[in-house]
Amino acid sequence: MSSLRHSPIGDRLYQTLTTLCAISVLVLLLVLSARIFVAASPALQAFGWRFLTGAQWDAVHGVFGVAPAVYGTVISSALALALATPLALAVAIFSAEVAPAWLRSILEFALDLLAAIPSVIYGLWGLFVLVPLLRDRVMPVLTETLGLADTPLFAGPAYGPSMLAAALLLAIMILPYIAAVAREVLAAVPDAQREAALALGATRWEMLRHAVLPYARSGLVGAVILGLGRAFGETMAVTMVIGNRHEMSASLLAPGYTLASLIANEFAEASATLHHAALMAAGATLLLVTLLVNALARWLVWRVRRPGDA
Amino acid sequence: MAVVVAATAFAVSPLAALGGHLVREGGAALHWSFFTALPAPVGEPGGGMANAVVGTLLLVSIASLMAIPVGVGAGLYAAEHRGRPLALAVRFVSEVLSGVPSIVIGILSWEFVVRPMGHFSALAGAVALAIIMLPLVARATEEMVLLVPSALFETALALGYGHARAVVRVVLRTALPGILTALLVAVARVAGETAPLLFTAFGNHFWSVSLREPVSALPLQIFTYAISPYDDWRALAWAGALVLVGLAVILGIAARVTMRHRHGRRVR
Repeated sequence: MSSLRHSPIGDRLYQTLTTLCAISVLVLLLVLSARIFVAASPALQAFGWRFLTGAQWDAVHGVFGVAPAVYGTVISSALALALATPLALAVAIFSAEVAPAWLRSILEFALDLLAAIPSVIYGLWGLFVLVPLLRDRVMPVLTETLGLADTPLFAGPAYGPSMLAAALLLAIMILPYIAAVAREVLAAVPDAQREAALALGATRWEMLRHAVLPYARSGLVGAVILGLGRAFGETMAVTMVIGNRHEMSASLLAPGYTLASLIANEFAEASATLHHAALMAAGATLLLVTLLVNALARWLVWRVRRPGDA
Repeated sequence: MAVVVAATAFAVSPLAALGGHLVREGGAALHWSFFTALPAPVGEPGGGMANAVVGTLLLVSIASLMAIPVGVGAGLYAAEHRGRPLALAVRFVSEVLSGVPSIVIGILSWEFVVRPMGHFSALAGAVALAIIMLPLVARATEEMVLLVPSALFETALALGYGHARAVVRVVLRTALPGILTALLVAVARVAGETAPLLFTAFGNHFWSVSLREPVSALPLQIFTYAISPYDDWRALAWAGALVLVGLAVILGIAARVTMRHRHGRRVR
């Protein structure tokens, strides 16, 4: 029986090791966040708030302002979210509340697959299928057939790579992600909620509308915000279709830039200290925003899926 | 309800569009030489991505070696000390950390590894991938360990097992299929990452398995070829994409089978 004997040293070692692992996760986040601000500090000191508000990005003259990239990040993500949210919620409701079990597992598999496709492959598809399709079929319809070319939203020449292409691709990419979290939130709503509504004579739709969705509301909002965080940081696919021009344009047909694609395009070539620091500052901005967005979203989701539930 | 059904069909349609294109274009360009040959210079026919396949395997293995032990340890802590502030913090930080954009992880790995070394390296790429993997592993371990009935653990203790032995021999072993599933998903996820490798592993046109040298990876090579102006390179990019998605699908199916085999049903 010696192999079963209690071993205080082993237990203490185990406790110490797991505690160290736990602490290292926290330390990792702290060290990463601190270091990126240290690396960014030359640019932050040189430009201050003008780093965020300046529209000029000129590596030759050492002037760095990321306003157009911030604008592009926000607009492309917000647009993607507006497109993806209704669909993602519909998918989640269908999968959690309506679909029979066999269809549910097929649907889940399809969503898992969509979520598992690497960003660079969405980019490849966007570059060779989506962008030509938009340029040849969709954009002419928007500008000529519908006569929207006079409105600022669809003004200017339609090259293909554009804010519109980026937003569409982002919408396709974040949809499965939002749907998956929203589905989990809906699954966490207690059945008593549903049964009570049905017992009162509610139809399936009324049950959803009055008993399930209100209960799940904060979690669903959290799911959508998680999608927003995803969209903010998405790099490869956006870089391949957004056109990468450091300009602010109201037109969705015009090329734009995002913080992530700015870093992806310039980091390897940056040689000047200030240029590097400016790109680090762009990364720090992105990190700070995504940390806040994710913390908020997780808190909202936790309110429905209580921390104890796995 | 009809609206919900129609919306669902519409939402899943990109999968068919993308999948169809991928199989057509990638299938046409995929030859055996893809796995055996080095990239050919522009204009020369043939060529493959053998070095990128090996590079991806190298990066993912090293990243797993770094991330899995720490992630499992942290997950165990969070599950065992449920409710304690540190356990709650681990769970929260893991979730927040998994939302950090991978490009940001990439430049941080550059700052921590490439800058001191003075050059791009496979090690830097692996570090970046490990940072992405760590929170995924920690969360999954915690969730799977929480699913193990505490009666099992208590029985082990009652039989005279020590705490650590009971966890390793009974709890971890019971949770193992679930943890393996999550590990497969995490591996598939980092194997497809491009952004964190741009300034770390950097890419390499030749054979390299040295941790100190830049190394190629499938997603990196796909990106380089996709934005190139040459048709045969673009065709190879599609072939690479097919291989990468094939890998993700195989790992995904393996994960599902592991899970179903053990539990008879999906846990979540």
